[in-house]
Amino acid sequence: MSSLAPLSPVITSSEASKMLTRTPAVDAVGLEERAASLATRSIKRDAKLWALDLVIRCTDLTTLEGSDTVGKIVAMCSKAVRPDPLDPAVPPVAAVCIYPWLVPTAVTHLAGSTVRVASVAGGFPAGLGPIDVRLQEIRDVVAMGADEVDIVLNRSLFLGGRYQQAFEELAAAREAAGAASLKVILETGELGSYDRVRQASVLAMASGADFIKTSTGKIGVSATLPTALCMFEAARDFHRDTGRAVGIKVAGGVRKAKDAIRYLVVLHETLGPAWLTPDRFRIGASSVLNDVLMQIAKERTGRYQGPDYFTID
Amino acid sequence: MSELEPVAPAHPVMPPWEYAPAPESRDIVRLQDRYGLFIGGEFVEPKSGRWFATIDPSNETVLAEVAEAGEEDVDVAVTAARSAYVTAWRDLPGSERAKYLYRIARALQERAREFAVLESMNGGKPIKESRDVDLPLAAAHFFYYAGWADKLEYAFPAMTPTPLGVAGQVIPWNFPLLMAAWKLAPALAAGNTAVLKPAETTPLTALLLGEVVQQAELPPGVVNILTGAGATGASLVEHPDVDKVAFTGSTEVGKQIRRAVAGTNKHLTLELGGKAANIVFEDAPIDQAVEGVVNGIFFNQGHVCCAGSRLLVQEPVFEELLEKLKVRLGTLRVGDPLDKNTDVGAINSRAQLHKIGELVASGVEEGAVMYQPPCDLPERGFWFAPTLFTGVSQSHRIAREEIFGPVLSILTFRTPEEAVEKANNTPYGLSAGVWTEKGSRILWMAERMRAGVVWANTFNRFDPSSPFGGYKESGFGREGGRHGLEPYVRLEPVS
Repeated sequence: MSSLAPLSPVITSSEASKMLTRTPAVDAVGLEERAASLATRSIKRDAKLWALDLVIRCTDLTTLEGSDTVGKIVAMCSKAVRPDPLDPAVPPVAAVCIYPWLVPTAVTHLAGSTVRVASVAGGFPAGLGPIDVRLQEIRDVVAMGADEVDIVLNRSLFLGGRYQQAFEELAAAREAAGAASLKVILETGELGSYDRVRQASVLAMASGADFIKTSTGKIGVSATLPTALCMFEAARDFHRDTGRAVGIKVAGGVRKAKDAIRYLVVLHETLGPAWLTPDRFRIGASSVLNDVLMQIAKERTGRYQGPDYFTID
Repeated sequence: MSELEPVAPAHPVMPPWEYAPAPESRDIVRLQDRYGLFIGGEFVEPKSGRWFATIDPSNETVLAEVAEAGEEDVDVAVTAARSAYVTAWRDLPGSERAKYLYRIARALQERAREFAVLESMNGGKPIKESRDVDLPLAAAHFFYYAGWADKLEYAFPAMTPTPLGVAGQVIPWNFPLLMAAWKLAPALAAGNTAVLKPAETTPLTALLLGEVVQQAELPPGVVNILTGAGATGASLVEHPDVDKVAFTGSTEVGKQIRRAVAGTNKHLTLELGGKAANIVFEDAPIDQAVEGVVNGIFFNQGHVCCAGSRLLVQEPVFEELLEKLKVRLGTLRVGDPLDKNTDVGAINSRAQLHKIGELVASGVEEGAVMYQPPCDLPERGFWFAPTLFTGVSQSHRIAREEIFGPVLSILTFRTPEEAVEKANNTPYGLSAGVWTEKGSRILWMAERMRAGVVWANTFNRFDPSSPFGGYKESGFGREGGRHGLEPYVRLEPVS
C-alpha cells in the first residue's frame, strides 16, 4: 500500500474552484449508453476466474448498522481473512469497513493478516456536524489503528456552490487522517447530475483524497455503472493532468458477482490495467462475497453449490 | 477425468486481463448447400441456370451457393408480384395487411439469434451489432409500418393515398436484413408488392427472410427475393412493369439508375453515399464525444453510408480529443465477428478491402499523417485496422471521397461559420453530428447543415419513426417515419 502514501494537497482552494469550472461537461445519454455497451461484455472461463479473484481482493467487506456488535465484527473479520474455509486458494478481502466504535475489535482480530481496517468517520453519513468534532473523529479512528478512513463530502456546501469551503474541509480531513488512506464519499445519489458527479470527483481528488467513493449506502440510490464510469473518466483526466493516481470505490448495490465484474470491465476499458488492483479500486459490499464464492466453485467444478455451502457471517 | 476434478485452474495468475474467447454458437443456423430464388412464395431454381458462391468474409470459407437471377427470372418475379398486387394485396383492407406485417415482425424477434448469427457470418459485422442493432431495428420497422397500414388516410390529411403497384428494391451489403426491412415494410404497408434484390455479397439473411415470409403466410408473390449481382439489379430496375424503384447503395450506381428510369413513369428514391462531418466544439462533453466519434466511424467497420468519416474539431480541444481518440482506439477489439466481445469485425469483401487500402494509400501519399493502434489482424479473411488521419485538408481525397471503411479524417476549425462551411463543402449530404453543450448552437448549426439527419450529442442513432435520407449526391426521398410512406403512394386530393 506504499503507493497510497498520503499527499497533502498540492492545489490551493482557489485553484480547485477554478479547476471545477473547467471540468468538462458530461452528456448523460452518451455516458449511460457507453456503460450499457460495456455491460454486454461476455467474461468467461479463465477471464472470469481472474476477475472473481480480483473482486475478492478489492472488496471492502462492510457492515454499517447501528446494531453492529463485537460478535458481528469478530465473525466478519474471520470471513474477511478466509472467505472460503474450504478453499485456501481464495484470497482475503482488501479491508473491513465499520463504524469507529468497533475499530479496536477489528484491529485485534485482523492482526497478522493482510486485511486492512477501514472506518467511517467525519460525521458519517451526513457529515454535517461541527467541523472540529468531525476532524477529531478522523484522528481518533486513526489513533485506534484504522488503516483507512471513509468520510463524506459536505454536500451542503458543495450543492450550495461553496466549493472553496468544501475543498478546505476535505483538505483538513486529509491532514487529520495522517498516514491513513482517505476515501471521500461523494454520495452521488444526492448530486442530481453526472456533471455534478464529475465536479465533485475533481474537487475531492484535488483536495488530496486517495480514493473517491460513490455512496454511503444509506440512501436509495447507490453506485451505478454510469456513475462509476463518470468517476473513472474524471480520475483518468486527473491522472493525465497531475500525474496523481486516485483510486475509486463503488459502494452499495453491488450484490451479484456479475455486477462486480461489470465494474471491473468498465474500469479496465477506461483507466486501463494499472487500476486493476486493490490499491486503486475497491468494492464496498457485504452480500456480493458469497455470490462470488459460488461462482468460483461453479467455474471450478462445473456445477452450482447450494447457498448453505457458503458461510454467512 | 474424475467427477470432482476442476474443469479450470483455480485463481490463475494472468497479469494482463485477457478476455477469454466468447463465441456465439453458429449451430443455430442451418445452412443449405444451395438457395434458389424466392418467387411466388416458393424457392425455385433459376431459369438462368447460374449459381454463385457466398462466403464468410472473416475467413473466406464458402457458406452456400445462391442462384443468380437472369433477365427471365426477373420477369417471372415481376409478373408474380404484379399478379399478387392485383389479386391479393392491393384491395386487402389495411388492417389485414397489418396482420401480416406484425407476423413478420414477431417472427424476426423470435428468430433474432438465428438471423443475427447468419448476418455476422455472411457480412462480417460483430455479433453484438447484429444482435443489438440490426435485428431489433429490423423488427421495429415492421412493427412501425404495420401500425400505419390501416391509417394511411391519417398519414396524408385531405389526400387519398393509393398504392403504386410493383416496387423493385435494390439494397446494399452493409445492413442486409435491416435494409430489406426499411424497403419492404413501408411498401407492403402502403399496399404495394415487392421484388427485392439483396447485395451480391450478403444474400443469406434476405433469403432467410423469405422463409419468414412463408412462415407468416403472406399471399404468394407479395414479396419476391432475387439474388444476383449488378446485372440482376439492372434488369429489375429496367423492367417495364416495375412502378417504383428504390435503391440504397453507391452514388455511382444511383446515377446509373436515375439515367435508366429517366423517361419512364417509374417513381424513384435513392439513398446513396455520404461523407458526414462530426463537429466537436470546445465546450462539448468530451468523453462522450470521443465515444460518438468512435461509434460514428468504427460502427459496422465504417460500412455505413451516414458514417461520421470527417471529424471537425474546434482548435482549442484538438490535441486533447486526438489523444483521447488514440487511447480509445487502442481498446477496440478487432477480430472474430461471432465473438461477443468484438467491437470491429471483418471488411465485407475483398473488393471493398482493396478500395479502402487504395484510398488510405492516397491519404499517406498526399501528406496526411496516419495513425493505427497496435492490433493483430487475423491472417485469413478481409481485415483493416482502425485508422485515423490528421493533417488532412479539404482537398485530400480522404476528405472528399467516401471510403466506406474504418478510416477517420480529422480536420480543425475555428468558428461555427467555418465549421458549417467545411461540413457542407462536399457533394454529399446524408448526415452530420454536432457536439456542444450549448442548445442554441445546436439549433443554429442544424439550420445550416445541408444534411438529411443532424445528430446532436450523439451519432448513428436510428429509429423507425424518424425519417432518413439525403441532400445532393446522397440521394432523395426519405425512409422511416410517416415520410417513408410517401414514396410508396400516389396522392390525390379528397374530392
